[in-house]
Amino acid sequence: MATVGSAQLKLLEKLCNASAVSGDEGEVRRIVLEEVKPYADEVRVDALGSVLAIRCGKGRKRTRVMLDAHMDEVGFMIVADDGEGLYRFETVGGIDVRHLVGKQVLVGREHVPGVIGAGPIHLMSAEEETRKVPLDALRIDVGPAGKVHVGDRAGFATKFRRSGPSILAKAIDDRIGVATLIELFRQSRPDIDLCAAFSVQEEIGLRGAKVAAQYFQPDLAIAIDSTPANDLPLYDGSENTTYNTKLGLGPAIYVADGSTLHDPRLVRFLQETAEAEGIPYQLRQPGGGGTDAAAIQRSLAGVPAVSVSVPHRYTHSPISVARLADWKNTLALLQAALKRIPPFFAAMH
Amino acid sequence: MTDILPFLKSLVSVSGLSGQEGPAAELIAEQWRSLVDETSRSRVGSLHGLKRGSGKAPRSSVMIATHMDAIGMRVSKITDGFLHITNVGGIDVRVLPGAAVTVHATGSGEQLPAVVGMPPARFLPESARDGVVAIDHLLADTGLLPREVARKVRVGDLVSFANEPLDLAGEVISGHTLDNRASVAALTVCLQELQNKPHIWDVWAVATVQEETSSLGAYSSAFELRPQIAIVVDATFAKGPGANGWQTFPLGKGVGLCMGPNLHPFLHGKLKELAERLEIPWFLDVTPAHSGTDAVAIQITAEGIPTALVEFPLRYMHTPVEAVAVKDVERLGRLLAEFISSLDAEFLDTIVWD
Repeated sequence: MATVGSAQLKLLEKLCNASAVSGDEGEVRRIVLEEVKPYADEVRVDALGSVLAIRCGKGRKRTRVMLDAHMDEVGFMIVADDGEGLYRFETVGGIDVRHLVGKQVLVGREHVPGVIGAGPIHLMSAEEETRKVPLDALRIDVGPAGKVHVGDRAGFATKFRRSGPSILAKAIDDRIGVATLIELFRQSRPDIDLCAAFSVQEEIGLRGAKVAAQYFQPDLAIAIDSTPANDLPLYDGSENTTYNTKLGLGPAIYVADGSTLHDPRLVRFLQETAEAEGIPYQLRQPGGGGTDAAAIQRSLAGVPAVSVSVPHRYTHSPISVARLADWKNTLALLQAALKRIPPFFAAMH
Repeated sequence: MTDILPFLKSLVSVSGLSGQEGPAAELIAEQWRSLVDETSRSRVGSLHGLKRGSGKAPRSSVMIATHMDAIGMRVSKITDGFLHITNVGGIDVRVLPGAAVTVHATGSGEQLPAVVGMPPARFLPESARDGVVAIDHLLADTGLLPREVARKVRVGDLVSFANEPLDLAGEVISGHTLDNRASVAALTVCLQELQNKPHIWDVWAVATVQEETSSLGAYSSAFELRPQIAIVVDATFAKGPGANGWQTFPLGKGVGLCMGPNLHPFLHGKLKELAERLEIPWFLDVTPAHSGTDAVAIQITAEGIPTALVEFPLRYMHTPVEAVAVKDVERLGRLLAEFISSLDAEFLDTIVWD
């Protein structure tokens, strides 16, 4: 039984600090390849750039289990050069523009440092100060002698920090899933074929997972992701009834989201597994959003699929907050699930 | 002259919010100790460094005022481990969502890493959902359990920006608090130059407190030290995204010499002549009524003190990514040293109106 030790934390830190904006996942891909190669029977980088790794079991009847975690993160693309080190940019993936002013970024594969500033409030009316700065008024500033290129990706320059029971980092969505999947791959079991998809472009349309499922042709699939925990107090002190998930309650099992009705047999299976093993879990509140499970479920002739997420606060912002205990319990739940999948799958048919 | 950049970086890496400037004052004092004859703290915390002139006593003195305090936040209330915050000085609320901050927890004496979180719109009153979310609705989150927060954090604890300075291409440094620690760095360059440059007048190198809130340090130090003249060093607006009006000036292309009713025209004229003579590039900054600096306070202290204001252009003022050209800081330091060195025994008598 693996736990979250210093080696796992170090890997997560490396993964969160790496830049991998959707469509340019190379930096995370290199880390993943290095980590999974020693354990893989087959590993390839597919046409879109996902890492697809298979670890075969030994038995005669092996369940083919696809586990998916997306490598990409939200970020920016440089779209025009305004001269003197100032660049226009567009967002890649769902970013609230109110998270951008005053942030440090890293541009391109060389990690050229830059900042997103705004005009001084001293020169503004009180009314103007309360208006959000639209994207087309913002620039990435790499300094007057700086040069980056149109087409370069940029991401937040946030450095991973620990704080008591939590981590503060960018791209916890979904590097924590990537780190979980790497750990699971290392300790795969003999009675399954573990098909690990470290997929690309989840944030802009679940593209990597779709073709990965076509390639793997799995019996069933679990998307390992990270979902918002909106467990914040309300301004008037009334009860928060739309928290989605809460930090500290364990892995969030999806029932239904904006794009998937998760396979009810798999939902029940995960709940029963958690209960049998004494692992805390929570059910993500049904609602909007979506994960790679949507794309996988609709692949081929249909694939039974479910999502499990580690909750995090402040999604798609420069810094998210997650609890190590939730990560540990997510890993424990998935390990236990892999152990129980062969008999469960046999009974499903 | 030694390279000032490492000192400037260390200056913006220590805390020192308005009213709690101690850590900054200690770091500056350590740097100045070998450059001045004596250092002391004023009753309200400003740092005074005296470098004696070579003239006959009683000597005239010039005060160079650079404020060392920083804007930031303060804990106003704690709810289930989340910290409500309020501003210390003129915070730009637009930069707060997603900002990396440090909570200076007095309950435990720790510096806690945290992030400022923006709640989803549906958690806010309808009037607060669009546009910039007001500081009253933002929450600082340490990631600690509520009971740990209750033990460690107190209402009133300071919250400062935590991002480290970044080197941008073209010898530009970006970070928080460059307004006004870059002026402290410029004054330090001046003191370094004065090691090999004779000066007759006494020099009071001053790092003032609480400029961002009330100019308390400027009032009190000017009163205590009673300099014959004073020069304030502060940031002005650099041209850049969102800033292109008449009040803005190019980054890295020279220093600002400010004129306006807070400032003595004779001193302003002398600084202009000197900059011309030394071929230090400069621009004229005009302030029709109020310069928004410690000069406002010093000018009206005691029986009135002739005051000048020199500036460096700074991009993105009052954000955590303020940007300044190191060259402008060095230029200011050199201009100050040359000016001090040019002061002769008769200078005071030449300060005239009309």
